Amino acid sequence: MGWRLIRTYTILVYLFMFLPIAVVVLLSFNANQFGSFPMTGVSTRWFEALWENEAIMRAFRTSILLGLMTAAISTVLGVLASLALVRYAIPGRNLITTLLIAPILVPEVVLAVALLLFLNFLNIGKSFTLLLAGHVIFTLPFVILVVQARLVSIRRDVEEAALSLGASPRQTFFAITLPLLMPAVAAGGLFAFTISFDDITGTLFWKPGGIETVPTQIFSMLRNSISPEINALGTVIIVLTVGLPLIGAAVARKLATKSGA
Amino acid sequence: MSIEQREARQPWILLTPALTAVTLLLIVPLMFIVVYSFWLKSAAGADTPGFFLDNWQEALTDSFYRDILLNTLKIAAITTLACALLGYPAAYFISRSKGNKLILLVLLMLPFWISYIIRTMSWINILGVSGALNSAMIWLGIINEPIQMLYNQTTVILGLVHFLLPFMVLNIFVSLDGIDTNLEDAASSLGATRWQGFLQVTLPLSLPGLAAGGLLCFVLAAGTYITPVILGGPRDAMFANLVYEAIIRQLDWPLGSALSLLLLIVLGVLVLIYNRYLGMAQLAKGLG
Repeated sequence: MGWRLIRTYTILVYLFMFLPIAVVVLLSFNANQFGSFPMTGVSTRWFEALWENEAIMRAFRTSILLGLMTAAISTVLGVLASLALVRYAIPGRNLITTLLIAPILVPEVVLAVALLLFLNFLNIGKSFTLLLAGHVIFTLPFVILVVQARLVSIRRDVEEAALSLGASPRQTFFAITLPLLMPAVAAGGLFAFTISFDDITGTLFWKPGGIETVPTQIFSMLRNSISPEINALGTVIIVLTVGLPLIGAAVARKLATKSGA
Repeated sequence: MSIEQREARQPWILLTPALTAVTLLLIVPLMFIVVYSFWLKSAAGADTPGFFLDNWQEALTDSFYRDILLNTLKIAAITTLACALLGYPAAYFISRSKGNKLILLVLLMLPFWISYIIRTMSWINILGVSGALNSAMIWLGIINEPIQMLYNQTTVILGLVHFLLPFMVLNIFVSLDGIDTNLEDAASSLGATRWQGFLQVTLPLSLPGLAAGGLLCFVLAAGTYITPVILGGPRDAMFANLVYEAIIRQLDWPLGSALSLLLLIVLGVLVLIYNRYLGMAQLAKGLG
């Protein structure tokens, strides 16, 4: 009896999590011009409106560019740091780890204010540069956590075998370690991209007037009222953000089997 | 340079870019706003450097700020409690179900990937005047006129729970999954009922996960800026909203610095207490 109760409870929790999201998708296909209930028919007009909305398309381009640059920088910094933390016995390892994870522990608003005021003091005002710096700093800890977890599981003796066969450390890294690490690099990069793409709190503090990312664009559209266009945009984002990680996971698994890990 | 020396320098070369980034983009900026919080805002032009206690006095004694800080902590506490009550049974079910554990877990983590702002605004579709719930109740004849269910403290908490629940479930799951199920069997073979076994064996062993999830939920909820703006009314501002107001709208950067530091200190004390008793390792487990 108890088990059945727990199962019902769990199903209700899942419903709580998914129902609102399902309604967004449902309403985005609504033919009704107010985008609300009752549904009057199925239509793709809101997706067409989205495609023709210059402001939204511009926000999409900004978000993708920002996300890609953030992911590239964070992943490089994160992989290098993880290698040092996992592969070498260094003094003060715990302190360094805590320092590198610190951006997650500081509330985002505080981080946003500190970075804005300090870079402004250095004459770097609200700009794309500030936005990029901010996104890098708070995606970095996530990349490090993901890459570190993976790196621990790569056996050291594979690398040592390469070294003993005469490969230089650099050759060993590119021929052995990096291919084995690829799934983690991909996962870390994807994680960084998704977090950057989704960020709003920091972005609102850092973005210069005139530049909108997808979340800030949605935020400013919400000021008026919820329009069916926002639901359509939501559906697109849901498909992208759920689809991308799933594709990423599939690719990562393929890479992993190919490299024999 | 000898090979040993080069070997010893290697990790620091690898760490330099990341450490430089964290130092320049987080540590130094934090120290900078500590200094800035003692400056004075000037009516025009640059703020006046110096050592003035005005901002801190305002942040600490003005009842407006104090009330909103207390209200923020209250909202965070209720959110955390609700996440624990909703999340524990779900995490228990996932960890003890046979077979499709991973799928259940991934499914619950999916919303975590879906845009925060989309998930927050999705509640307008449900609870709004022309939302699903009102439409359903009118259609069923329960009410004649739509009722306004949005824009109050309850909807803010609802939005926060919806946002933070996956964090809680994941942390509890990690803890529960590490418990040897033989322990429960041992308890029952010694005469304990399933419920007793759970209360005296499983629950205490899963407390670290519950605490880690609770800390994450509390800290993230207390620092929220967006949810009260979208789902709250004019009187439901949380502390982060005050910070935004001071920094972006009033351009009072010294006061804004003091307010953000106040939030950092309050939440930092909590993290330190947690770290003192439970350590950071559990938190890293849930995130990794």
